[in-house]
Amino acid sequence: MSTPRTLFEKVWDRHLVTAEEGGDPALLYIDLHLVHEVTSPQAFDGLRLAERPLRRPELTLATMDHNVPTTDPSLPVEDQLSAKQMDTLRANCEEFGVRLLPRGSANQGIVHMIGPELGVTQPGMTVVCGDSHTSTHGAFGALAFGIGTSEVEHVLATQTLWQARPRTMAIEVDGQLPVGVTAKDLILNVINEIGVEGGVGHVLEYRGEAVESLSMEGRMTVCNMSIEGGARAGMIAPDETTFAWLKGRPHAPSGAHWDAALEDWRQLHTDPGATFDHVVHLDASTFEPTVTWGTTPAQSTSVNGRVPHPEETRDPDQATRALDYMGLEGGEAITDLTVDRVFLGSCTNARLSDLRAAAAIVADRPVADGVRAMVVPGSTLVKTQAEAEGLDEVFKAAGFEWREAGCSMCLGMNPDVLAPGERCASTSNRNFEGRQGKGGRSHLVSPEMAAAAAVHGRFVDVREDPRAADARAVR
Amino acid sequence: MDPVTRISGLMVPLWRADIDTDQIMPKQHLKKVERTGFGEVVFDDWRDDPDFVLNDERYAQGNVLVTGPNFGSGSSREHAPWGLQQYGFDAIIAPSFADIFKTNCAKNGLLTVELAQDEVEALVSLATDDPSAQVRIDLPEQSVESAAGVFHFDIDQHTKHMLVHGLDPIALTLQHREAITTYEAHRPARMPVTNA
Repeated sequence: MSTPRTLFEKVWDRHLVTAEEGGDPALLYIDLHLVHEVTSPQAFDGLRLAERPLRRPELTLATMDHNVPTTDPSLPVEDQLSAKQMDTLRANCEEFGVRLLPRGSANQGIVHMIGPELGVTQPGMTVVCGDSHTSTHGAFGALAFGIGTSEVEHVLATQTLWQARPRTMAIEVDGQLPVGVTAKDLILNVINEIGVEGGVGHVLEYRGEAVESLSMEGRMTVCNMSIEGGARAGMIAPDETTFAWLKGRPHAPSGAHWDAALEDWRQLHTDPGATFDHVVHLDASTFEPTVTWGTTPAQSTSVNGRVPHPEETRDPDQATRALDYMGLEGGEAITDLTVDRVFLGSCTNARLSDLRAAAAIVADRPVADGVRAMVVPGSTLVKTQAEAEGLDEVFKAAGFEWREAGCSMCLGMNPDVLAPGERCASTSNRNFEGRQGKGGRSHLVSPEMAAAAAVHGRFVDVREDPRAADARAVR
Repeated sequence: MDPVTRISGLMVPLWRADIDTDQIMPKQHLKKVERTGFGEVVFDDWRDDPDFVLNDERYAQGNVLVTGPNFGSGSSREHAPWGLQQYGFDAIIAPSFADIFKTNCAKNGLLTVELAQDEVEALVSLATDDPSAQVRIDLPEQSVESAAGVFHFDIDQHTKHMLVHGLDPIALTLQHREAITTYEAHRPARMPVTNA
């Protein structure tokens, strides 16, 4: 009998071009390379400079997401630097023969939305992209991680990467998430537990009843934020939920290839007896709607909690600085915090089920006075699907702005930014200083919690809203 | 890439945990399509604070950043190490680094040195008390020498080899072209392509 292996080990082993030897890392084959406009121009320049071809254009896929304005795509891009970056991507894709889903295309969207939507992200693959949230694709049982521009160039030229084998960490989440508590709350609690550095040098595998019960979209939310716990990659074993989600997607296998794929994908799980370098146990039934109070994704508490006093935290100096930046005092109740802005978007939480759940909370209620709220679907496909269901009308009737797809205010490279001092309930992934706009104050929450904050003008416990059950039902 | 062996100079102390790449290189500066012009905007938002260390003339000649754990967390933007390097940093010393950032630094010949936290704190104290204190990093010997003592550091031997010899990783990989082609010949036909 062969040695029991973890999911990660199985995927790692099948991508070895050359194994680790002596002090040398392994050379790992890359099945899918996703490209966007911000981290690729210098990589394409490098290829040209060295007169190297792009080895496998047909394993490469590009889109425009970070810079795109979320207003009318038929209008020109006003920011000339952004426009140049998008034009450069277009020219590079033409020159090197890479398929591009540009602004205005029916399949354009945040790079981590389009891979799964098209079915090019599949179990057991290696997926890389010049973006740290590439961990999202791990939800399919792929080994997926972010890289910098030098490695983007390396993959373009060789379709491989040198990688030292990471350690493994199992995140076992037992029990079931209560109504009103979501995949976002689950991952915020994981990060709170392990810390922002806890996963450094590791690949995470999310396991247990709570994880198995999640939809594909919820699993993507969880894996997406692995990097916020320091781990470049997070994985979930593929199962019937995964297969049902993939079947019929444009690039999913079909016919005999589907059968062969399924047989293979069913092997992609951690064997009984396989061991992890670390194991963390959590109980989902104890999780509550979670709100970050600080400037790292680990600085979070229950909506019914209070902003901590610095001396109660692991790093009082850091907490003092975070509270100063956030304009908060230790001891304030989270439900006393009023918000100026609400952002429903990002590769973490702007999938169709996220918008459905938020709409269920909002339905027939106006956005509170003084609050500016916007919905930015993660992809053009999600936007189209949401409009077909009438979700856009629900949001617009409430006073939300309904935008085109893109990264938008998750990182504020486009015109969607917070003004200094503005407090925002955001469904995105990072509450770093200035992340959503210089001086902006971001609180990371689930779509349900963001929608409730929009309606009430402050954070409220969405579990006390009878609509929370409706939101769960449409997820 | 120029080889990296021995680095001497002055330290810039910035003791804070979890400094993310959004702080090192704010997003408004990621719109360039070139690799240059990032030095003047490194830590751009923090430079509004007159007390920020990079605004302190006494540290203007510093070429070794000494900082807190988990430096470089968050975004994969290589613009962060480009900015640090173009500002004038040759090395960064910290108790730990984020994975993607550390890799990005190595690809650009920006040396990351991991020391025990008390050793880093000793260097921070030294540089804070005496901005003219010298530091010498010897990569082949894996040592950091200063008035605070001689500290040994670990580094993976592959990264060390690449840095010491200033090797081009793509050229190295292309020596394995045959192995890559052999691997590709065995990939299942059902694996997806993006242009179908």
